[in-house]
Parts: sequence; structure tokens; C-alpha cells
Amino acid sequence: MEKKHNGPRLSGASGGFGTLLASLVCILSGMIVGFVVLLVLGGITMSQNGEEFNFLTLLKTTWEQGFKPIVQGGFYSKSNAMGMAVRMEILQAAPLIMTGLSVAFAYKTGLFNIGAAGQYTVGAFLALYFAIVLKMPWWVCLIASALGGAIWGAIPGIFKAFLNVNEVITAIMFNWIGLYAVNTLIYQGGTGPMFNLKTTKTFTLKESAPQALLPSFNVNVGGKPYFGKMFMPSIGIFLAIAVAVIIWVIINKTTFGYELKACGHNKNAAKYAGINEKRNIVLSMTIAGALAGLGAGLFYLSGSKEWEPLVSTALPATGFNGISVALLASSNPIGCIFSAVFISHITVGGGFMTAKLFPSEVSDIISGVVIYLCAFSLLFKGRIMKLFTRKPNRKGDKA
Amino acid sequence: MWLLLKYTLLYAAVLTLVALGGMFSERSGVINIALEGIMVIGGLMGVVAINIMNALGVPVFLGILAAMLASALAGLIYSSLLAFSAINLKADQTIGGTALNLLATALATVIAKRINGSDSPKIIYSTNSNALLNSSHFSFNVGPLTLNWFLVITVAVLAAAWFILYRSRFGMRLMACGEHPQAADSVGINVYKMRWAGVLMSGILGGIGGMAYIVPAVGEWNFEMGVAGMGFLALAVMIFGQWKPLNIAGAALFFAVFRAMANIYDSFGFLARLGWPKEIYNMMPFVASMIVLAFTSKSSRAPKAEGIPYDKGSR
Repeated sequence: MEKKHNGPRLSGASGGFGTLLASLVCILSGMIVGFVVLLVLGGITMSQNGEEFNFLTLLKTTWEQGFKPIVQGGFYSKSNAMGMAVRMEILQAAPLIMTGLSVAFAYKTGLFNIGAAGQYTVGAFLALYFAIVLKMPWWVCLIASALGGAIWGAIPGIFKAFLNVNEVITAIMFNWIGLYAVNTLIYQGGTGPMFNLKTTKTFTLKESAPQALLPSFNVNVGGKPYFGKMFMPSIGIFLAIAVAVIIWVIINKTTFGYELKACGHNKNAAKYAGINEKRNIVLSMTIAGALAGLGAGLFYLSGSKEWEPLVSTALPATGFNGISVALLASSNPIGCIFSAVFISHITVGGGFMTAKLFPSEVSDIISGVVIYLCAFSLLFKGRIMKLFTRKPNRKGDKA
Repeated sequence: MWLLLKYTLLYAAVLTLVALGGMFSERSGVINIALEGIMVIGGLMGVVAINIMNALGVPVFLGILAAMLASALAGLIYSSLLAFSAINLKADQTIGGTALNLLATALATVIAKRINGSDSPKIIYSTNSNALLNSSHFSFNVGPLTLNWFLVITVAVLAAAWFILYRSRFGMRLMACGEHPQAADSVGINVYKMRWAGVLMSGILGGIGGMAYIVPAVGEWNFEMGVAGMGFLALAVMIFGQWKPLNIAGAALFFAVFRAMANIYDSFGFLARLGWPKEIYNMMPFVASMIVLAFTSKSSRAPKAEGIPYDKGSR
């Protein structure tokens, strides 16, 4: 008698091939939906301009100005002068890997970390505070960002373990509390020590805290450096990949990881086996928070973007995109690296579409659709595996 | 003081509507975390409908009615996405709901930008050119107090919700599906149908709630920020209200006071003198909800089967 549990449905390494296929189907379907949205938007524009409806022209406009940038992402040639766009893609992939890992790690313990956005926000604040106000070197700032995320992640864990409040609700509430708190602390009515009145952003690290900038790297393509001198990506991506490997080892090769997974599969059985399930819930959320916070550190210490307390009325998308990253990767830490690159790819590409015709949020629609599909990707998995196994079965029937 | 009361009642109406929607969904056994997204879609369609009705020159009353129906319909359609994934495909309800939340904000932003034909995600609906359906038509005065029509609707919905849940055959069956779907199925109740009904009701109420949140309070809305967490607050209201209609209304009033303070703190003598930034007041309802949940959740009892996909074949 097999009883369905309501725990992490996407965990487990069994059927890795089917999982990969399911993810690819999710991506493909998401892209198709995105293309249809673009077609509709393009069609509306054509009719508004009073042009004669011609499906071929519509297809061409949609492809040239909308879908091509999304598909090519950072490599979209019109925007990639001196490796600028590819750099952006690399810079955004690093925090996405981290928020993806954050969601994936909590998922292993059967917890849904929807709070990555808040943990990311708090991490960003502490990273910038240590950099701009305390003038610390970059690695101290990174530790600070992880610490900030860890605190913000621990709270839902504590609420869940000791007060019986669903971690999803707590995390959502603390997302908003974190956002408002960080905005207030940075702005402080215009007097905040990190706030630059002229740009209405935090001070750029380049001018105020160059010691906190992550080191950057360059690659040679055809004997020439690929990135222009001003557009060298930071080493954040390598740090993120290293962390992904460490997390993979923790989950799959240590007793602690085993205990976490046991809690995720069956809380009561884990308890019966002598695993301190409350401690594990808090620890798991703390580590998940630290990962998301570190992601913010990797991004904001790259020096390519500042925090804007006056216009940040919405939670950072990187936090929520972490959910897509984790789901696409079926919570596999190594898989997170690839799915993060994919999400970063379409997000950067979305920004290159002709904005008047195609708002850049179309790429958010794609990733939203991808999560929606991932929610029942197990069903996909079964169906897809059937497609591959049906033929031999039928032959067996005949024989 | 009247101003505080006005905004409190306004937000209490929103929270009650949406939380009652959440209640119907969860009583049937489906966690509806997508309330936020449903509100966004409902609010967007309501606002768009107002602008269209205005352009067509429809009489005020009919225009308002049509806009409300549009928002309810939009919520209904959007919630069917959740129902389909959660009930028919047996997907993880939290993840499905989260996806719909993200999708809603992205969709709303794209649509708003496209309507404007520019990079601005704001939709303006009560400018001078739109005097016909100015937001003041949504309210009426009782003495010094300004009330809005959504409050009247909310009271009616509240009474109906109580009656439906506790005094109708439908309500009893709905609750049975949320507590023990197998038992309900064994006496001939179609669990899938009941759950669909629960989710769709939450879609209707969530959609109207989204419009009620956006339209009466301000004259333009930036859809990039969704509904700024109001749907999640409604979830907290529902939990604090213990999935019971009257408790929900009470809880909504409590949270609405905090939410209203963010609107009027600067016109309020002693609060203005404190000189706290607006963010503190924005934060308050969320902090309040966490404190309340921390103290009440130990004894809270959610519908027993909520969040567990029902499979006819399993035992």
C-alpha cells in the first residue's frame, strides 16, 4: 500500500533522465506561451497602427524585435558591445543560483522557502552596509550578507518549529517587513549614510568603497579579451558554482543532509528514528536564508547596480525567480546552476526587446508559466517516461 | 478620526471579501495562496472596465456594476487555473499558487504597459477626463462618514457566506470535502466538483476584492507592485479568523486599522508628531499579523485535508 505524502514531490534522484525531460518540456511550453503572448502584443500594435494584417509580417516583427532577443539573451548582438550583455547575464546568474539553492535546500526538508526575496533584501542591506559604512573588504561583506539572510531565514523556521505557524505565511510576511525595513534604513528621510541624494540610490561601490568590490575576471576569445575593460564580470559566478557543489555534498554525502531529507520525507518517522526534527527545521531554514542572502552579496558587490530605496516598492524578482530555478532543477543543487543560467538568459534577453512593442515583463510571464507547469511536472514525468517505454511493452505483449 | 474610520472600513471590506474567498477554497480542501494574484487580475480588469465604460458613455450605475462584474469574472477565470492544477492535475497547491501570483503581476504589468503604449505600468482612472466614473461615485456619505459601496457588498457577502457555510446543504458538503474527502466521496459527494466550486468562489470574491482595494482609495495604480501583499494579509486574516465567516470579519477589522494608519498617519495629530517614516506604517499590518499568528497558531485548526490533492483511487 503506497501512501502519497505531501512532502517534497520533486526530490529524489530516481529517474534523473525523466526529470530532465520534464524540465525541458516545462521550458519549451513556457517559451511557446511567451511566443504567443508576443504574437498577440505584436498583432495589437499592428491593428493600432492601421496596418493591413499580414501574418508573415507579424511573425517577422515578433521574431526580430521580441523573440530573438529572448532566445539569444546576453548574446543578442545588438546589445552585446564589448561583452556588456553577456556580463549582465553572468552577473545575474550568480544570485539566481544562490536563491535557487536556497529554495532547493529548504525543499529537501519539506519546507517551501518563499521568503528568499526577503532574505535576499536583508542580505543586500548588510552587504552594502558593511561595504559603504564600515569599509570592510569584500569577503567580510559577503559573510555579512549571508548572516543577514540567515537571520531572516531562521525566523520562519523558528515560527514553524515552535509556534506551529506555516513557514509560507511567515516568510511572506517577513518578505514585506524586510523590504520596508531595508528601504527605511537606507533612506532615513534622505539622511542615510549609504544614501546618495543626487542619484537617489545608494552610493556606488566604485567611488565610495572600492575595497568591497568583488574581483573581476576576463576571458580570451580568439586571442582577444572578450569583455571590455569597463565590463569585466565579477568572480561571483564561480563562488556561486562552488557553493552549489558544497550544498550538493552536504545534501547527498553527509549525515546532516540525510537527516534533513528524512525530515522532508516523513516527519514522524524521522522523529521516531531519533532525529531532532525541530532543530533540523530551524537549521534548514537558516542555511536556506544564508544562501539567499549570500546571493544578494554576490550581486550588489559586483558594483553593477545600487539599491534604490525610493522605487523599490516591489520585492526583488531574483528571490521569486529562485523558485523557478529550484523547481526546474528538481531541487538538485548542480541542476540549479543550469536553470539559473537559463532564467538569467531570458530575463536579460527580455530587456532587449523593443520596449514599446514588447514590455520586458514577458520574460517574467515565461518564468511564471514555467513554475506553474513545474508544479505538476511529476505528471509530465510519468507521461514522458511512458512515451519512451511504451514501445518495448507493446512488443512484449505481442510476444 | 472619521478619516481613520473611513479607511479602516474600506480595508476591512477588502480583507473580509478576499479572506471569505480564501475560506471557501480552504474549506473545500484547496490552499489558495494565489489570492494575491487573483486580486491583481481582478483589480486590473475592474480598472480597465471602468475606463472602457467611461469611453462608451454608459450611465454611472451600470458602469460600476459592469466593472464589478468584470473584476469578478476575471478573478473567476484566473482562479480556474489554480483549480485545474490543484484538483485535476493534483499539483502542489502552494507552488501552483505561487506561480499564479508571479504570473499575475507580470501579466498585469505587460497589459498596463501595452494599454499605455509606453513604459509606464500605471493605469489612471479618475482624472478629469474620467469624471463620469470618478472614484467618488463609489462612495456615499452617512453624516460625517464616507462609506463606499463595496462595504455594502461585503456585508451582504458576509451574511450570505455564513448562511451558505452553516445553513445550506452545499456548505456542509463543502466542509466535508475539506475535512475528510474520502468520507464525503463515500456518501456520494463529488469531491472534485465541490473543490472546483470552492476555488471558483474564492476567485469571484478575490477579484471583486482586488477592485475594492484599488478603486475607492486612489485614482491611479502602479501594477508593477501588484497589490502590495494585501492578498497575503487576507490569508493571515483567514487563519486568525479560524476559517469562520464572523471571526474573519472581526479579524479583518483588526488588521484594517493598521493598514489604514499608513494612509492617514500624517493627518493624525500625535502620530504625525512621532515623525516616523511611512514605511513603518506600511510594515505594521505584517508585524501585527505575525504577532497574532504566533500567539494563536498553537491552537488553530485548519481544515484537515487542506493541501492534500484528492485522489479517488487512494485510501
